[in-house]
Amino acid sequence: MNKNDAIVEDNVGSQSGDTMLEVRSITKKFGDLVANDAVSLKVTKGEIHALLGENGAGKSTLVKMLYGSLQPDGGEIVWHGNRVEILTPSQARNTGIGMVFQHFSLFDSLSVAENIALSLGKENDLRDIGQKAREVSEEYGLPLQPDTIIGDMSVGERQRVEIVRCLLQNPELIILDEPTSVLTPQEADNLFETLARLKSEGRSILYISHRLDEVRQMCDHATILRHGKVVGECTPANETAASLANPMVGEEVGDVSRAAVTTSAGDVLLELNNVNQPAPTPFAIALRDVNLKVRAGEVVGIAGVAGNGQSELFDAVSGETLSLQNSDIRMRGNDCGTLGITGRRKLGAAFVAEERLGHSAVPDLSLSENLVLARHGSDAQTFLGMGSLGVIRKNVTRQVTKRIVEEMDVRKSGEDPDASSLSGGNLQKFIMGRELDRQPSILVINQPTWGVDAGAAQKIRQAVIDLARSGSAVVVISQDLDEIMEISDRIAVMSDGSLSEPENAETITREDIGLKMGGLGHG
Amino acid sequence: MLMTEAILLTIFTAATPLMIAALGELVTERSGVLNLGVEGMMIMGAVSGFAVAQLTGSAYLGALGGIAAGALFSLLFAFLTLTLVANQVATGLALTILGLGLSGLIGEGFVGQPGVKMFPIVIPFLSELPLVGKLLFSQDAIFYFSIALLIAINWFLFKTRAGLTLRSVGDNHKSAHSLGIDVIKIRYLAVMFGGACSGLAGAHLALVYVPQWVEGMSAGRGWIALALVVFASWRPFRILVGAYLFGAVTIAQLHIQAIDINSLTFLPSWLFYLAELIKAIPSQFLSSLPYIATIVVLVIISRNRRLTLINTPASLGKGFVPDR
Amino acid sequence: MRIELERRAAHSKLFSVLSPFIALGLTLIAGVIMFTALGLNPINALYSFFIEPLTEIWSVHELIIKATPLVLIAVGLSVCFSSNNWNIGAEGQLVMGAVAGSILPIMYPELTGWWVLILILLMGMAGGAAWAAIPAFFKNRFGANEILTSLMLVYVAQLFLDWLVRGRWRNPEGYNFPESRTFTDWQTLPEIFPSSGPAHYGAVLALIVVFIAWFMMGKTLKGFQVKVIGQAPRAGRFAGFSAKKMTMVAFLISGALAGLAGISEITGVIKQLQPTISPGYGFAAIIVAFLGRLNPLGVLAAGLILALSYLGGEAAQISLGISDKVGRVFQGVLLFFVLASDTLIHYKIKFIRSTKRSAQT
Repeated sequence: MNKNDAIVEDNVGSQSGDTMLEVRSITKKFGDLVANDAVSLKVTKGEIHALLGENGAGKSTLVKMLYGSLQPDGGEIVWHGNRVEILTPSQARNTGIGMVFQHFSLFDSLSVAENIALSLGKENDLRDIGQKAREVSEEYGLPLQPDTIIGDMSVGERQRVEIVRCLLQNPELIILDEPTSVLTPQEADNLFETLARLKSEGRSILYISHRLDEVRQMCDHATILRHGKVVGECTPANETAASLANPMVGEEVGDVSRAAVTTSAGDVLLELNNVNQPAPTPFAIALRDVNLKVRAGEVVGIAGVAGNGQSELFDAVSGETLSLQNSDIRMRGNDCGTLGITGRRKLGAAFVAEERLGHSAVPDLSLSENLVLARHGSDAQTFLGMGSLGVIRKNVTRQVTKRIVEEMDVRKSGEDPDASSLSGGNLQKFIMGRELDRQPSILVINQPTWGVDAGAAQKIRQAVIDLARSGSAVVVISQDLDEIMEISDRIAVMSDGSLSEPENAETITREDIGLKMGGLGHG
Repeated sequence: MLMTEAILLTIFTAATPLMIAALGELVTERSGVLNLGVEGMMIMGAVSGFAVAQLTGSAYLGALGGIAAGALFSLLFAFLTLTLVANQVATGLALTILGLGLSGLIGEGFVGQPGVKMFPIVIPFLSELPLVGKLLFSQDAIFYFSIALLIAINWFLFKTRAGLTLRSVGDNHKSAHSLGIDVIKIRYLAVMFGGACSGLAGAHLALVYVPQWVEGMSAGRGWIALALVVFASWRPFRILVGAYLFGAVTIAQLHIQAIDINSLTFLPSWLFYLAELIKAIPSQFLSSLPYIATIVVLVIISRNRRLTLINTPASLGKGFVPDR
Repeated sequence: MRIELERRAAHSKLFSVLSPFIALGLTLIAGVIMFTALGLNPINALYSFFIEPLTEIWSVHELIIKATPLVLIAVGLSVCFSSNNWNIGAEGQLVMGAVAGSILPIMYPELTGWWVLILILLMGMAGGAAWAAIPAFFKNRFGANEILTSLMLVYVAQLFLDWLVRGRWRNPEGYNFPESRTFTDWQTLPEIFPSSGPAHYGAVLALIVVFIAWFMMGKTLKGFQVKVIGQAPRAGRFAGFSAKKMTMVAFLISGALAGLAGISEITGVIKQLQPTISPGYGFAAIIVAFLGRLNPLGVLAAGLILALSYLGGEAAQISLGISDKVGRVFQGVLLFFVLASDTLIHYKIKFIRSTKRSAQT
């Protein structure tokens, strides 16, 4: 037998002929964590089946087992009535299962054709692949140039490569992991058209998402996961967004409460004046004429598709990248474009970066050490002793850590554990608490709730709004449009290194934002 | 004319081990692994090559011995960095330290013994071509092999599926793993290939270049080979250029040290004074030229950070633990 | 059977302490195998290698003398390595420290006074630091790989020393031997206990350096900065620490300490310049730094262990008739085991019997 074919163990087919895939009480453990606990689901031919659940509910783990990247610890996979074992991704592909990854599995330094070749079997000649890719991409309205290097492509284009690569394998079942989280609304619409077409060809789609509206609009059936278990099955069209969300979250997550901006004429605390910056590395984005004024008491949301200069903007505001002119950036009336991050913190600013481990926090250092990381300058008086020797007062930093942990309800094991041992949500709560504890007059956050569970996300969003209402200026950069709409007073959009003029959140529409995300509708 | 030819010949001999070792390391680094143990693998190849040639009387078996020793020795590195995800920089240093120590112990009995020299293979007709005949077609087998290796590696990396897979692993091991590519296996093979090449380069030192066993005879050539890979921005044909450039520097300083100034009286007077000036440079300074040249080259090539960033395999030096 | 790693949720404090001991244990086992292979009684061999040198007072002095440069250099290297700067040219910095420190005693041998020695030591530190500043500057300014540049400078330094002692600085009354003049009493480090052996005050300097480094790395913001930049450079920038400044500082510290090791070796042991002044202390110190887990107190212990391997090599040559290169092999093997054992700090190692997965491939 070809080692690349899935092993068919025996025929257990008794079900009606149109069941394509059946998963029977599959279980997967990572150490003590049960990622999938006896999960079962059925996908029939020609349906779009949604897999719903929060971050960490076990969706990705489940589909990785279907794609052969992970091996289940128990349970079985039935394909067209036969029990199969899928040991490697190439077995999955030969079986007829294709996958489009959330964090793309592409190679930046290689061309489109080379990327596609890597997932096709040896029987395909390297030289023909470019031509084949062109044909398939044209057929499905996903135009591609086979010679382009991936590193030069936009996120939307990269997803096209992933999808074309998947289609070239002619799969019966296509797994899409959070496909729209990186797309503009318009790009997402194009994707939905492609999916409808694939469905009409008799292919099935397993669609992972946490965006309830698109699931309701498009999916025939849904399975809801929570903490690794199936907690509901339904026909999304018959449900409301709330009735889908409740089993996902397991509790009623209240909306954040947003008092009206009382100090609408608050002072401008943060000001960006024509910030221009060349791209620091070949894969980064240059900032172009970025202007922004943020007043005391308001939250300005910055929307945009990932990779359009948000991280570069964050670095420019935080002072991790310095501006050429001091007047480019002003905080509380002080020019600080050439002032480093510590100096800006001393002016009352606080920052929360996108990457928690390795940027906002050092994984192998304890929480109290990670407190010192961001506050050794602004709190030098309390945290450091013995003058110029700069001895860290460990008893003080531990006390402050304890205060933050209680304030933000951070769940942890041990007195002062390593940052890496906390869950994403708890670490983010700690990092937020570290900055909020200072009562900063300016707060800049990049992706505040990325990969954070709903409960923690709600707490973080509420804290952000409360800080603004107490008189601080807050900037929230986020890819999550729902989040931006929920907490912002004004909304600007980042696209290819430029920032649009902020507009009132009450009046701006999703369509407007979508157009701006795609680089249209400027001016 | 004869003199120039002799000098050029020695340049070829000096360049060959550098080129082979650098080509091997290039393949290793293209798979995303930084093996700083080239010096250690080289010296193990030298002592093993010498020993096997002594015991069997065959320089060719000696070369094979060098290859085997280099590959086996690199397995140590592979096990630590790939299976146990130890720090690649530190483990590479460890490989060099152990290689220098172990080769000294193994080679103790061979010090001062005359070695088995690998003789040139003269290719009929071609070797009689004017100018290039002697240089290109009257060389030892390892030289011919080095040229074949260069062409083969270039073809492998850029024209074959296996080469594409290797590059993909060096670019992004996570993506490669999610496509079902066995990252660890490919890296094991790439490290062993690099080890085999370093071993052969060492064997060349002990069978062609010197041919004797001298403790520590690699004399930093492994490190220079590492620098050559950076110089070549991970492209095989640029290694050729770099290796011969360094070969030329090495040989030039040797010849300057050896030249008898009184034999140059036939030169025009200004050239003679120049020669006198150069001769006045102490031999130690001339000997340090290859090392200084390495530094200069590294500085010049690294100045363009953008270019270096684009060319460097993106996952170079990063450990990888697959989730299962 | 195959080996799989499972990442621990947080780094294991137990194995952070235990891993050097595991490595030492494994090295001893490897020693038993090696000596058996050489046809020796492994117990006797290990005894004469690792215990015998400690039984006599003069060899304890020797141990301290050998440990002094190792500890001095390794303390500097641990600061460097902790900040993710790879200075592997300590051997060259040692040489240049010895050269710079020898300027006074060789060119002005008539100088007397207690300040002479202090000046000599300071100049030695400056020489090592200056030599180390070169790779740091090239790294910061041009992005040149500091591993390769610092190593290349070792060869250059050694050739420079060779030129000096064979040329300019050769002792005029030295019968043409490639040596400098011998240093006077004002120019040499005194012995600590002259009655019992030759251990010199360099050892005391090493202890002071260990204490200062321990305080700096463990208690102060500066040490915190080193750790943060080394473990997560991006977070270091977020904290407002400059990686470039750190690179320069780390190289200057490790260069100065290597230079101090060089000049204390010259003024305390050799008492003149010779073409070769170090049996590879600069490289062995890399092993010391890792065996000491980049912790100054650990480095102190590790320096003594490595010094023992030098002595053991010499002792074994005399009593067992085996090569003193065995010591070098021990050092290399030890470093391998140290690096392998460190895996346990972040991972659980699982041995898995062949399963269906591997049966398939």
